[in-house]
Amino acid sequence: MTHTATPQDTIPAAALDALDRRLLDDFQRDFPLHPRPFAALAEQLGVSEAEVLERLGDLQAQGAISRIGAVLTPHRAGWSTLAAMAVPTDEVDEVAELVSSYPEVNHNYEREHELNLWFVVTAPSRERLEAVLGEIETRTRLPVLDLPLLDAYRLDLGFALSWS
Amino acid sequence: MELNDLDRRLIAAIQDGLPMTSRPYAAIGERIGLGEAEVIAGLRRLIDHAVIKRFGVIVRHRALGYRANAMVVWDVPDDRVADSGRRLAELRFVTLCYRRPRWLPVWPYNLFCMIHGRDRATVEALVDQASAATELDDLPRAVLFSRRQFKQRGARYVPTPQEAA
Repeated sequence: MTHTATPQDTIPAAALDALDRRLLDDFQRDFPLHPRPFAALAEQLGVSEAEVLERLGDLQAQGAISRIGAVLTPHRAGWSTLAAMAVPTDEVDEVAELVSSYPEVNHNYEREHELNLWFVVTAPSRERLEAVLGEIETRTRLPVLDLPLLDAYRLDLGFALSWS
Repeated sequence: MELNDLDRRLIAAIQDGLPMTSRPYAAIGERIGLGEAEVIAGLRRLIDHAVIKRFGVIVRHRALGYRANAMVVWDVPDDRVADSGRRLAELRFVTLCYRRPRWLPVWPYNLFCMIHGRDRATVEALVDQASAATELDDLPRAVLFSRRQFKQRGARYVPTPQEAA
């Protein structure tokens, strides 16, 4: 039975068979630019296109797959930064909610540090990004550290899953 | 490569992912008034010019049991940071590795990486391994485990119509 999971649920490894695991592992890069890409996957996996589509749909419904899509090189199609704030403990929920409400914020985590709220902001331009950071500072009355990347030694090349 | 209007429309059209249908590029094209072949050629161009650095299945590692993640940071002298960053990036369990500015006095760290694991102890062991392997042991470091995830999704480079409204 398919159920829609919240992102916090963990999918037991035993619930994923060999086909699921290959779908998760093998196509994180170089997804086929072919009119029928899922048929191309199916051919590699020795199953039908319908089965590939059904499995991927299930994996997405379970929360194992975010999407099949693109990760962009930073600062080519827009501007992004990592921002940090030191939020008083009793205000974390409220401030985090405010931060997450911006469509420009795509990651937002509470971390173990005096600077306890860390989020990534991405916008079409540097001006828009700075406006978002400024607005968050004004609305929360807390300083926001702006830590844009200066050099990338390793970009997101996919996530190596180990099943053991 | 300078992005043109068509590139931006294409990036916007795929930022929520490909539809899981037999001909997803045709479906994307229908939304933005392009043919299937034009969508494929446009994506090919964005990939060839490294505007798109990865195109494929994007997994949710937390849902797959990688419950612990730490942002590990060091204060590395500026003349050593590029070398340390490159060495750190070679470790297979390091998923991202960047240099970022310090923000003195509250934030003295300039080298950042992400390490994920199934539990905290695993990540702690990997952090020690990374520090030792890259001769960063003698430098100030902080390990910022995540406590709660409030939001995690793909970046929005272009507002979707309802967000722009």
